[in-house]
Amino acid sequence: MLFESIKMSYENIVRNKLRSFLTMLGIVIGVASIIALITIVQGATNSISDQVTELGANKITVNVMGTPLKQGLNQEDMLNISEEENIKGVSPTISGKTGIIYEGKLMENVTVQGKNEVYFNMDTSLLKTGRSINILDLNSKNQVAIIGSDIIHELYFGVDPIGKDLVINGTSYTVVGTLNASSGFSMGSNNESVIIPYTTAMRSLGVKNISSLDVFLEDTSLADDTVTDLKGVLNPAFNYKENAYTIFNMGDMIESFESMMSMMSLLLAGIAAISLVVGGIGIMNMMLVSITERTMEIGLRKALGATPKRIQLQFVIESIFLSLVGGLIGLVLGGLIAYTAAAFIGIGFSLSIATILLAVGFSGLVGIVFGYMPARKASQLNPIDALRSL
Amino acid sequence: MTEVLNMQNISKSYYMGEEELEVLRKVNLQVNSGEFLSLLGPSGSGKSTMMNIIGCLDIPSSGKYLLSGNDIEDLDETELAFIRNKEIGFVFQSFQLLPRLSALQNVELPLIYAGLSSTERKERSLKMLDRVGLVDKTKNLPTQLSGGQQQRVAIARALVTEPTILLADEPTGALDQKTGAQVMELFEELNHDGRTIIMITHDIGIARHAKRVVNILDGQLSEQGVQ
Ligand SMILES: Nc1ncnc2c1ncn2[C@@H]1O[C@H](COP(=O)(O)OP(=O)(O)O)[C@@H](O)[C@H]1O
Ligand SMILES: [Mg+2]
Repeated sequence: MLFESIKMSYENIVRNKLRSFLTMLGIVIGVASIIALITIVQGATNSISDQVTELGANKITVNVMGTPLKQGLNQEDMLNISEEENIKGVSPTISGKTGIIYEGKLMENVTVQGKNEVYFNMDTSLLKTGRSINILDLNSKNQVAIIGSDIIHELYFGVDPIGKDLVINGTSYTVVGTLNASSGFSMGSNNESVIIPYTTAMRSLGVKNISSLDVFLEDTSLADDTVTDLKGVLNPAFNYKENAYTIFNMGDMIESFESMMSMMSLLLAGIAAISLVVGGIGIMNMMLVSITERTMEIGLRKALGATPKRIQLQFVIESIFLSLVGGLIGLVLGGLIAYTAAAFIGIGFSLSIATILLAVGFSGLVGIVFGYMPARKASQLNPIDALRSL
Repeated sequence: MTEVLNMQNISKSYYMGEEELEVLRKVNLQVNSGEFLSLLGPSGSGKSTMMNIIGCLDIPSSGKYLLSGNDIEDLDETELAFIRNKEIGFVFQSFQLLPRLSALQNVELPLIYAGLSSTERKERSLKMLDRVGLVDKTKNLPTQLSGGQQQRVAIARALVTEPTILLADEPTGALDQKTGAQVMELFEELNHDGRTIIMITHDIGIARHAKRVVNILDGQLSEQGVQ
């Protein structure tokens, strides 16, 4: 019985090709835009949060503004922090800009960063050649430098910089390592940096305090507890003065970014869903026209023994059929649009099962909702009136 | 003789606003299995209204109607649909074939609603098309058939469910003299084979083919006795 109805629906749609196609167009556009929007936003979200995660989701950053009495953190504060639970390592940053010279060539306004061994241990992909900073360098305030790819390009073109000297802010250093060129997120790029032991940096750049500290976590899910612990150390250190420091939890940021993006994709999908409703109204219209045209047929079928349910089912199936076919075309079209857009923007493309089910489910639902009323109308047709109409 | 149809004091009224129009007035009719009855009356006498009630397309305003022992008053839309499918085979003046279906598919229609499998439907429909002499036209669309052939397809469709009553409303009304006579011949043959037929007509010449003629005038029946 169901098969008969589906077959009849198919035949009726094929018979009115152009009309069926135009009717389906609303659903096609609705579903295609939902699929494309969700998929593109999803792809962008994934790409961005991947990049952000690369920067360190397992990291809490403490930035110190200080108070008049205590302008930044010292080594003792760092030690106290690193003794808290769930902490893998603490990496301070001391940063300044200065000129650097190699064999008479000057490069101005270069970012010189003071780091410790933790910085390199936490991300082994940083170092390209040579060695990184070790404890000995830190303790002895060794004048060693690790240089970024742009520096190599500018000053050491064609020579291996390892073992060569580099004058930073008037003092001579030895290059012991080079950094991998980082592409992508510019925020994390070290290409134009020179990295030296932070202890050396404090002395040679004349910095007394540490104003930025990356705290690496053992377990990211405990980040909130660790933030509380950090406050427990920092608050007494700054004498409970407000606004002495800020704590920036990267995991939090990724989370709120992702929730923002999923809100946005819901919003966009909601807007696209309006076009589905419009498509549904188109289907309802076509069903009503079709019923008027087939009044005699409906009357005859009833005279021959078709029950009202049977007639209703027939038309609901026809409507579902129309909108599902439209939905499937929309799915393919939306997928193609998203795929092309993803390739164009350079983000990942993945059409999730959930998105497909959403589109198919939504278009089926539209078929049921907007087919119900016309189908009910058809089922209530009086066969006498229907047969007289001829 | 088993009784297939029994109408007792059947009335049917239509309401045009406040005004009541009584189209059938306390009609009594009893039909036994194997009869060939013709309901003869002029236009507007209530023939089609009778046919609608006999065929369970409409329900009477008052009175009792038993069809094969089923009291129609107790039945809902769905049950009426089943009764129509099982008990009645309709033949209409203008054939009422679905134009996009072949002769065979048209004949199969009532069997779809009877819930038969497609092979069984096809087998029974072919047999019935053979019975009305159209076995070589099964794939033809209605437009590819003459009026007489179309009415034969309609008769095959009416008979394919083996209904209790073949109910025909002006079956020759749209046909010329000669083809009309052929259809009447077929009706006589079918009745000879035991089929119960109720035929509605305004044409006394056509009505004479029936064994029993019941006159209808202003919604009232009168009978002249068996001819
Ligand atoms: N649905 C209806 N509403 C109002 N009057 C009707 C309706 N159907 C039939 N009639 C009236 O009932 C009378 C009998 O009609 P009908 O049964 O069609 O007669 P016949 O078939 O003998 O020509 C006519 O006067 C007709 O106008
Ligand atoms: Mg009439």
